[in-house]
Amino acid sequence: MSVPTTLDPGGTLAANLMHFARILRTAGLPIGPGRVLDGLRAVAAVGIQNRADFYWTLHAVFVSRRDQRDIFDQAFRLYWRDPALMERMKSILLPPALGSGEAKQPAMSRRLAEALHRGERPSRPPMAEQEDTIDMAMTWSDRELLRTKDFEQMSAAELAAAKQAMARLKLTLMQAPTRRFKPDRSGTRADLRATLRATLRSWGDVIALKFRARRRRPPPLVVLCDISGSMERYSRMFLHFLHALANDRDRVHTFLFGTRLTNITRQLRYKDVDRALEKVAHAVEDWSGGTRIGKCLAEFNLRWARRVLGQNAVVLFISDGLDRDAAQGLAPEMERLHKSCRRLIWLNPLLRFAGFEPKSLGNQAILPHVDDFRPAHNLQSLAEIAVALSAEHPRPVRGKIGAMAA
Amino acid sequence: MTPPNGHLPTPASVDDALALLRAGNYVADRSLATAVYLALKLSRPLFLEGEAGVGKTEIARVLAGALGRRLVRLQCYEGLDTASAVYEWNYARQMIEIRLAEVSHDSRQTVEEEIFSERFLIRRPLLQALSPDPAGPPVLLIDELDRADEPFEAYLLEVLADYQITIPELGTIKAPAPPLTVITSNRTREIHDALKRRCFYYWVDYPDAMRELEILRVKVPGAAAALSRQVVGFVQLLRGEELFKLPGVAETIDWANAIVALDRVTLDPETIDNTLGALLKYQDDIAKIRGPEAARLLGQVKAELATAPAAR
Repeated sequence: MSVPTTLDPGGTLAANLMHFARILRTAGLPIGPGRVLDGLRAVAAVGIQNRADFYWTLHAVFVSRRDQRDIFDQAFRLYWRDPALMERMKSILLPPALGSGEAKQPAMSRRLAEALHRGERPSRPPMAEQEDTIDMAMTWSDRELLRTKDFEQMSAAELAAAKQAMARLKLTLMQAPTRRFKPDRSGTRADLRATLRATLRSWGDVIALKFRARRRRPPPLVVLCDISGSMERYSRMFLHFLHALANDRDRVHTFLFGTRLTNITRQLRYKDVDRALEKVAHAVEDWSGGTRIGKCLAEFNLRWARRVLGQNAVVLFISDGLDRDAAQGLAPEMERLHKSCRRLIWLNPLLRFAGFEPKSLGNQAILPHVDDFRPAHNLQSLAEIAVALSAEHPRPVRGKIGAMAA
Repeated sequence: MTPPNGHLPTPASVDDALALLRAGNYVADRSLATAVYLALKLSRPLFLEGEAGVGKTEIARVLAGALGRRLVRLQCYEGLDTASAVYEWNYARQMIEIRLAEVSHDSRQTVEEEIFSERFLIRRPLLQALSPDPAGPPVLLIDELDRADEPFEAYLLEVLADYQITIPELGTIKAPAPPLTVITSNRTREIHDALKRRCFYYWVDYPDAMRELEILRVKVPGAAAALSRQVVGFVQLLRGEELFKLPGVAETIDWANAIVALDRVTLDPETIDNTLGALLKYQDDIAKIRGPEAARLLGQVKAELATAPAAR
């Protein structure tokens, strides 16, 4: 514990490290005081003769996910070159400072920029926030602002009704067997440990066999929701639905797609639905644009499938199947998605029309690869989804192959 | 270089750590050596994340070998429980013991004490890693933690906090010195922050061309220098392609071995097509690269090697 003081009697390193950690924390890295102490200890162990070593020492302590590396890298370069510069940058408007100071560097991450900014003005009215966002977004060339969408447009009555309905919507998901066991009288496997205890109790006269059975637990759920123009009237409703879903249980991952794929799992974790949806609106850039289902699914399969489908997840695919790319490359991606999950359920709002037949190219490409196909256009149909999710029909063994042959 | 007994010293600086890994035939970045040094110096677990085949598990093996410690490996899988990760009682022998005790009319107290003694305890990896070892604290490799489920992760948190395990019938067993723990993850799911917080984190990336060439020189000494350069150049280009699974270092080594086994001294399109299975593991990827694309990449590699001055 006394290490830091021996290393740095003046304490400026400790203070600097603390400020640095604070900036990282504001940028969203989970760094508590414990980690700052760890950082001091680690720096004391390695020494500060070498800038690269210093970098990797702090990296080992402060970074705990791959996606934090860029934030850390930028913050490190800015802060440890000149801590005072960081202070100045907090006080002046960000975009010009970026332009002059970091001409050669890649554009500063939005999270870091916002972290610097937030330190300056802890509380601000919502209006100002919106202005900021537009300002910043214009300065980053790598992000295109396709269209901003305001959730406030939702009428109060509509919102209240939806909220109430969603809160009541209870999803009892099907239970899948896990590889863990619990004591169970009618179980099929002997619980040797419990048996031995019981035997000892009766002093070895009777061997009282005890049994155990597999524990059951709902599988993870992955939601892929279409937010393109043709789905506009529904996506708002679905977002409430998805929020209820994400807060009801663990292991839910939510993605939105239009022309690109956005992971909104983290945003939906906010308990308060308004706050959550505000965050979502912030994160998503392609509201009510076109649809590129094939491209988005390809991205999902490539970047996310192995991370979120690993534990045999159930996939909810919400889309009207209308594709701007005329279903180009959609079928193979859909097939891959289907093969890597436990069950694929397609919710299609267009099914509300009695005579609707999935004849569009997109629909034709998707349909052979889903396990279940349901309407989703009003609260009633959403409630019925709950039933679909709770039913446990294990996919028939020939299911995957059969669906392909069909 | 392993002495018959006694502890080998742990590295005293980042340079020492680098040399240690190098002595174990592991070509490491200085950044990795820093993380390893910190883990050794401050007795904290090392948390390694990265794509499959970048040499995460190898780090633990090399550390155990270079430090002369025992390697205790725990391969994780879904449903991993205390009975297979920590300890288990030998029930069959216990049952027999009870019957024997009955015959010899031992008192009940003695029998209970006898039955739950270390004699009937089966030690699984975690308990083994906490047991004293003459060669020094073992290297505990917890491999592919992302495959285990959350309950096991929570249990691990408890073990790694105090390096002790409580067996209800026997009492608490505490490690005399904490084992050097290496945890690896392929990120098929996110590991909880609470666990990562207790570790030094390192993302094991694909190596750059220089380092990969060095790795090949160490791991595939039979490959000619020119061939190695071509192999590395090709793999490096391949990592820039949109593939479902990019080839890792393990695949590079396999591929180089395969080509050497075929007695080739340089790459040609036909050899690449025939051995692509050693490098790419998805049919879609193979179909995409095989043929004209492979030939194009090879042409690019040859052009680059021709313009670049032969460094070595």
